Amino acid sequence: MAKLYNDKSLKEIEERIKIWEKETLPKSLSRFPERMDEFSTLSNIKIKRLYTPLDVKDMDYMEKLGFPGEYPYTRGIHATMYRGRIWTMRMFSGYGSAEDTNKRLKFLIEHGETGLSLAFDYPTLVGIDADDPMASGEVGVCGVSVSSLEDMEIIFDGINMGEITTNMTINPPAPVLLAMYVATAEKQGVPYERIGGTTQNDPLKEFIAQKSYVFPPEPAVKVAMDVVEWSVKNLPKWNPISISGYHIREAGSTAVQELAFTIANGIEYVRHLINRGMNVDDFAHRLSFFFDAHINFFEEIAKFRAARRMWAKIMKEWFNAKKERSMWLRFHTQTAGVSLTAQQPYNNIIRTTIEALAAVLGGTQSLHTNSLDEPFRVPSEFAAKIALRTQQIIAYETGVADTVDPLAGSYYVEWLTDKMEEEAWRYIERIEMMGGMTEAVKRGYPQREVTEASFRFQREVEEGKRYIVGVNIFVEKEDEEIRNVPLLDINQKEIEERQKKRLKRLREKRDKSRWEASLNKLHKAAERGENIMPYVLEAVKSYATLGEIMGTLKEVYGVWVEPPIY
Amino acid sequence: MGGATNLLDLIKKTRNRRIKVLIAKLGLDGHDRGAKVVARALKDAGLEVIYTGIRQTPEQVVETAIQEDVDVIGVSILSGAHIPLMTKLMRLLRERGLGDIPVFLGGTIPLPDIPKLKELGIRNIFLPGTPLRDIIKETLEAALERSRE
Repeated sequence: MAKLYNDKSLKEIEERIKIWEKETLPKSLSRFPERMDEFSTLSNIKIKRLYTPLDVKDMDYMEKLGFPGEYPYTRGIHATMYRGRIWTMRMFSGYGSAEDTNKRLKFLIEHGETGLSLAFDYPTLVGIDADDPMASGEVGVCGVSVSSLEDMEIIFDGINMGEITTNMTINPPAPVLLAMYVATAEKQGVPYERIGGTTQNDPLKEFIAQKSYVFPPEPAVKVAMDVVEWSVKNLPKWNPISISGYHIREAGSTAVQELAFTIANGIEYVRHLINRGMNVDDFAHRLSFFFDAHINFFEEIAKFRAARRMWAKIMKEWFNAKKERSMWLRFHTQTAGVSLTAQQPYNNIIRTTIEALAAVLGGTQSLHTNSLDEPFRVPSEFAAKIALRTQQIIAYETGVADTVDPLAGSYYVEWLTDKMEEEAWRYIERIEMMGGMTEAVKRGYPQREVTEASFRFQREVEEGKRYIVGVNIFVEKEDEEIRNVPLLDINQKEIEERQKKRLKRLREKRDKSRWEASLNKLHKAAERGENIMPYVLEAVKSYATLGEIMGTLKEVYGVWVEPPIY
Repeated sequence: MGGATNLLDLIKKTRNRRIKVLIAKLGLDGHDRGAKVVARALKDAGLEVIYTGIRQTPEQVVETAIQEDVDVIGVSILSGAHIPLMTKLMRLLRERGLGDIPVFLGGTIPLPDIPKLKELGIRNIFLPGTPLRDIIKETLEAALERSRE
């Protein structure tokens, strides 16, 4: 037992508070009435006027916090955290053709970025080729267009894939994009042991948010877990899944829902892998997470700390993990795109700075900072550089990275960390009672919760209960900034035409018999329920396109059509 | 604010007739938060709302508009593909004799694109941060004008 306070001190504090409430407080309240009747976080947790040792009086230090690098990892997964190594600065980027993106990646590396993160365009995200009629108008717009191995080879031309790690935000087509990445690295002569990075590959949150689903929930989970199983055996440095709360939050959930649904998704994946006959300690260390850093500063920090503690407990107590690393919740963070405003867009730099600071104080392993122009379009070079510099200023100027978990022991932050955890457990219990997240998603439960929360938030903004500068407070009639913000110029038509021509050439010049055989083998393997990864890799190497491979899998698994809930 | 009385007047004027709105997600993007919030707000304001769900082609939206005989169409796009998609949608609507249905667009739209979109015949473009009240009001006004014509 390592209780923080003895009964005598607590009693004294309790008595003193009563006196404070009687003597000091009323004077202040009469002179400065409080701004609101009730203060609350974005998750609608009521915030008290003052936090004291009484709010954490039962806290057992060793049980709740412990030391960084030790169970339950509340204070961080590494003993020295950023004193040893600054988080990875990983800017989500990609637009236009493979050539455009190759140029942008080199620009970011030149300016001190330490990890890559690829943004794909919509056709790629939903697994169709650039020359598919459904892709018309969307090729290369909000990310880079990748239809075949050839595009991947161009993206990484002149970038050593053995030296830098890459995140790929890709879900249903994750096996295909991973196969393209591996095949490209192989061509560069990089051995499997040195290929590092992440595939998002988190299908359940696609049904709750983001909505780039393709297959129905069950086969979607099966395919994603194929990627995990294959990667764990073949790519020791790869994070095959990034269990993501980010999109759930952006779709309108509260911080508590983001925390709870993400962890519930994680639980579902662990169960699936164990049911495949895998040993928990053989894969758990490769699971990674991805969270949003929203604008309600302390709530976000509490969320990150609670997440680490909850996951460690689940892995240890529910799944009997033995290895320390199996209990680590390693996570990437992105600042909240949804908190940015089109109005007075330069204010977005400030929002992003505050959110990034919350991520760092919450102990993130890597970070993307949004650019000021993102309410309009993918970032310009100018805006992306400011966003990267924001992280560098936090890391190297402010001193916040010089000690581990500096907000630990704050009565408010510890109280809030406990509160977030408590409320998140309640959601997890409900989902467990439904039979886990796959079942909950099929019933539309998390979808409805998120929709409700987003509507409630919007109503609060409309009623002036929540403020957004430039939107419902400090509004400017003549907004000069919105008119003058420089935006990236994308010649969409030209990119699409170029991609179509490249695909036409590719389809003509590839080895037809190898290509055909590879797709046939993939089809059969999928029907037999085998792990599809080796077959996808062969199809990619025979220059089967993304759309062809996904089309083959759709024939076997079917496609998901969402019942519209609003 | 004058806006409040205006909105009340409008709601009174339209009380006795059922106004039907189609909320459509055009293209491949899955950002449905805005579309759903708007659909819900219009429904709460007493309108009949048809929500298409995501990944609709311009052809599908036009087909639904005809089948459901809607008074107003609201399109949501956050993928950056608004120019080609809206160009096609507006052309198809005219070709099918639905050129008089007022069409609104909401989403992440760069300002320089707005004149082009208005030239296509889109009645108004709602940027992020637009109050729901404004969206309801303009929807009702558009429906009223059309029924008078």
